[in-house]
Amino acid sequence: MSLPRTLAELMTEALIMEIEAAQRYSEFADAMETHNNLPVAELFRKMALIEGKHAEQIMAQMGWTTTPVTTGKRIWEGFEAPETTPGDEVHYLMQPYHALELALAAEERAERFFGRLADEAKSEAVKSAAREMQQEEREHVELIREWMARVPPPEAGWENDPDPPRYTD
Amino acid sequence: MNDVAVAAPPTAASYKSGYKPIWCPGCGDYSVLSSVTKALAMIAVPPSMVAVVSGIGCSSRIPAYTSCYGFHGVHGRSLPAATGLKVARPELTVLVASGDGDGYSIGGNHFLHACRRNVDLTYIVMDNHVYGMTKGQPSPTTEPDWDSKLSPGGTGVRSFHPLVIALASGANFVARAFSGDPNGTAEMIAQGIRHPGFSFIEILSPCVTFRPEQREWKRQMHAAPVAPTDDPARAARRIMTDDGFNIGVLYVGKRTPYPAVTGKVKCAPEALEAEFAL
Repeated sequence: MSLPRTLAELMTEALIMEIEAAQRYSEFADAMETHNNLPVAELFRKMALIEGKHAEQIMAQMGWTTTPVTTGKRIWEGFEAPETTPGDEVHYLMQPYHALELALAAEERAERFFGRLADEAKSEAVKSAAREMQQEEREHVELIREWMARVPPPEAGWENDPDPPRYTD
Repeated sequence: MNDVAVAAPPTAASYKSGYKPIWCPGCGDYSVLSSVTKALAMIAVPPSMVAVVSGIGCSSRIPAYTSCYGFHGVHGRSLPAATGLKVARPELTVLVASGDGDGYSIGGNHFLHACRRNVDLTYIVMDNHVYGMTKGQPSPTTEPDWDSKLSPGGTGVRSFHPLVIALASGANFVARAFSGDPNGTAEMIAQGIRHPGFSFIEILSPCVTFRPEQREWKRQMHAAPVAPTDDPARAARRIMTDDGFNIGVLYVGKRTPYPAVTGKVKCAPEALEAEFAL
């Protein structure tokens, strides 16, 4: 992990985070559509749109018209950006509640990430922008929690498939 | 006034087709597709100058999901088709996609000889240690003690070691990647394409349906702590003694690639057609 030295470096990485999160949600939506899990597909499509809007906001805020070239040094630890849900965490029978659980975990990781960045940044501009983004992610966490309160939690045995691809008995 | 249109550089989306993958949700191959398109955007070669050649299996569906030329060939035979294409049309970037069953079992012999010939191809194998498309039979890379309904008590057969085989057979670039690291994998594929000769990239890509325990892989993978070497003996020692979860470029060779066919074509396709007409 390398700390961003300038505001532009931080915002470039934040933009990549949003774009990659949107791409992953979009990939999940396609997969769910193909497997006829339409309510979850619709939810992932919405999440992709929301992340895409966040990316557009960053572009507008920075006055960028094209995606800037990155330094190639990622500012997060691990293989993927904190806001990207790992590709293997979905199930073809999952329910909207599960999708929101994944989104919540992603936003919480992003909040922790920007919090740590704000603590460790050397530049005042980076520190203050990271703190602002931490606050935005905290708001997203709250919005998803509210959303989850309106969605029924999954019934027991949601993953039971009468004709499973794999027999384990 | 300059009215010459300047083409915008391609993005990963430029290499995606309108077909949606039918892999199981959670399959690592989604990320491999993303890495392939990102890698092609990095080398910025137009989709019309790229051919993606595959055999049979879940991973071999990949050509249809790209906007490049594609050939979905016979089981295990992607490498001979790709070899013929590349020597006849050296100006194309030829990417070959396979899985551990297609590539190491049915196409195992072709794998050895493709490494040996060293034609300028990039061979990516999406390895999930199982035949997924045919419902979970053990493949050459399956662990000997993997107990399943189709292999009670495990096969008891030693696993195939693709990286060592590739190195021993003469591959000019050997790397191990992980689908859960799509950006790192994209960089490795781009490096493999740029490197002359036969580039082999083994991509560990979990099958969440038949090997759900492979979800743990994302906690086990780590970057190879060493720089790539051009010394095959050193590379062999590293590959033989690592834990199987070391990802990175492990060997970068200096062999001269197999030359492409040049000069005038001696036999026109029409003449061949006439010779084999029934």
